[in-house]
Amino acid sequence: MKKPTVYDEIKAAGYSRRDFMKFCGTMAAMLGLEASGVAQIARALETKSRIPVLWMHFQECTCCSESFIRSSHPIVADILLDKISLDYSETLMAAAGHQAEKSLRDTMEKYAGQYLLMVEGSIPLGNEGYCCIGGRSAEDILKEVAEGAKAIVAWGNCASAGCVQAADPNPTGATPIHKIIHGKPIISVQGCPPIAEVMAGVVVHLLTFERIPQLDALGRPKAFYSRRVHDTCYRRPNYDAGLFVQSFDDENAKRGYCLYKMGCRGPVTYNSCGVIKWNNGVSFPIQSGHPCIGCSEANFWDNGPFYKHLQSFPGFGIETTADDIGLGLGIATGVGIAAHAISTNIRKRRHINLGADNTNTENK
Amino acid sequence: MERTISKQRLKEVYVWELPVRFYHWINALCIVVLAITGYIIGRPPAFQSATEASYGYWFGTVRFIHFVTAFVFFFNFVMRIYWGFVGNKYARWYNFIPLKKWQWKEIICVIKVDILQIKDRPVLGVGHNSLASLTYFFTFLAFVLQCFTGFGIYAAMSESWLPNLFSWIVPLLGGDFMARQIHHILMWFFILFGIVHVYLVFYHDYIERTGVTSSMIGGWKFVEGDDADMDGNERIRSCNQK
Repeated sequence: MKKPTVYDEIKAAGYSRRDFMKFCGTMAAMLGLEASGVAQIARALETKSRIPVLWMHFQECTCCSESFIRSSHPIVADILLDKISLDYSETLMAAAGHQAEKSLRDTMEKYAGQYLLMVEGSIPLGNEGYCCIGGRSAEDILKEVAEGAKAIVAWGNCASAGCVQAADPNPTGATPIHKIIHGKPIISVQGCPPIAEVMAGVVVHLLTFERIPQLDALGRPKAFYSRRVHDTCYRRPNYDAGLFVQSFDDENAKRGYCLYKMGCRGPVTYNSCGVIKWNNGVSFPIQSGHPCIGCSEANFWDNGPFYKHLQSFPGFGIETTADDIGLGLGIATGVGIAAHAISTNIRKRRHINLGADNTNTENK
Repeated sequence: MERTISKQRLKEVYVWELPVRFYHWINALCIVVLAITGYIIGRPPAFQSATEASYGYWFGTVRFIHFVTAFVFFFNFVMRIYWGFVGNKYARWYNFIPLKKWQWKEIICVIKVDILQIKDRPVLGVGHNSLASLTYFFTFLAFVLQCFTGFGIYAAMSESWLPNLFSWIVPLLGGDFMARQIHHILMWFFILFGIVHVYLVFYHDYIERTGVTSSMIGGWKFVEGDDADMDGNERIRSCNQK
C-alpha cells in the first residue's frame, strides 16, 4: 500500500483544501519565501509522506512542546505534531513503558539514516543520575538515537545552550546537544521557548526542501534569527529619538518609550518576536511593557541582572557594573596622579630647579 | 660632573615624522569622540519626555557619529601599523614589543626613576622609553579588540564587507551580549589611559625638558648631543651608574 502523503493525512483529519492552502501560505510567509514558495510547500506536502520524527525530552520544562501545540494555526499542532511527526515523544505519545521503547527501537531500525531527531532539554554530564529514562542515562540515549538521525533539531535554549540548568554554578553539568554530538547537522531553534510558528516553520522547511535551512554562526535558522529584536521592535523610533523609560511606573512607560534603560536585551538578541509575536500574534514582551530578557541567546540567565544593561562585574557584588568600577579606577588614578605630582616636586627638585639656574648663569 | 642633568650641548633630533604626528592627533580625536559617544550609547541620558519619537533623532545621530568615527579610527590604525614597517627607527614595530633584554632592563629603570622615584638619574632616550612602548603595545591590542568587538556587533546591521570581516567574533564570544560587554569595559581602559598619558606628558616636560609635548606637533626633540646616539645598552649603563 502506498504510504499516505502529508496532504492525505491532513484531509483525513477533516481540513479543507482552503485550510491547507492557508497553512502553506502562512508557512511560506514565515519562512520568508517568495510567492512561488507557497506552491513549493503545497506540492511537497501533497507528494511526500511524513518524516519519521523522534522527539526526545531530557532536562527541560516542556515549554517548547507547550509552545508548539499552541501554534496559531491548527494544522501545525494537529497534523505536524499529533498525527504526522511523532514516532516517539515521552510527553505526548499514548504508548508507555515497553510499548514506547519498542516504538523507539522500531523507528530507529526501520528508518535508520532517515529520521529526524528533535531534542528538548540539555544533557547532565555532571552526574548521569540527574536524568535517566528507562534506566539509561540521557547521554547514552542521545548518542544512540543521534547515530542514525538524518538531522537534529535542538529545540529551545536548553538543547541549544543549556538554559537555566546550565546557569552558574550549573550543578548538573547541563550541556547543550552540539557539545556532545558531532558530525550531524544540528539546527538550533533558540528561545525559551521558541515561537511556535518558528518551530513549525523549521519543520515545514525540512519537509518541503529536504535540506537544512540556512543557519547563522550559532546554528540558528537565518529566516528567523538574522535580525535583532531591537531592529524589528515597534518601539525602535523612541530609541533613535532618545526617549527612554526610566522606571516601570513612570510617565514614559505609559507613553510606550524604549525600554533600553530598563535592561532590555533587544539590542543583543536575535529572534523574531517583533515580527511574528506570540500567542497568535497578540503581543510580545516589549509590547506588553517588559524588556526583552534575551532568551534566544546563550547564557542569558548569567548575563544578569535582567533589569540592568551591563552585566555585574564578577567579584564585585551583584549590583556593581563596569561603569562603577571604571569610575572608581578613574578616581583612584586621579589620586595616584596627585600623589605622584607632589612626590615629583619633592624628589625631582634638583631637575626642576636646574633650568632656573641655567637661565641665571646665562644672564650673568 | 652633572652630565646627566645639565643641558649644555643641546641637539635637535627629528623624532616623529609627519604620518606619526597625523596618526597621533587623529587617533586622539577619534578616541575622545568614541569614548564620549560610546558612553552616551551605553548609558543614555533621558532628558526628554512628553514628546513623540517622530520629532527627534538625537540618539540615532550619536550612534551615527560613533560609527563614522570608528571607521576613521580603524583606517588610521591600519596606517600606523603600515608605518611601523616603513617609518623611522622611532616609529618601527620593534620598539613596541620588548623582545630584547635591554628593553626589560629599561622598563625596570623607568619604574625606579619615574614611577617610584627611588632613583634620580633620568632615563636617557630620544623616542619612547621601553615602558611607554610596552604600554602603547597594550593600547594597540586594545585597539584590535575594540575594532573586533565593535565591528562584530555592528556587522548584523550592515551589508558592507568591512564590518562583516569581523562578524565571526560574536559567535566566538557566545553572543552579542558578551561582545558588547567587552567593548564597554575596554572603553574604560582608554579613559584611564588618556588620563595617565596626558599627565605623564606634563611630567616629562616638567622634569626632562626635551620638548616632548611640542614634539608631537613639530616632530623635534632637544637632547644632549651624546644621548641622541646612545644605543639601548649604553642607556641602561648610564641609568644604572651611581
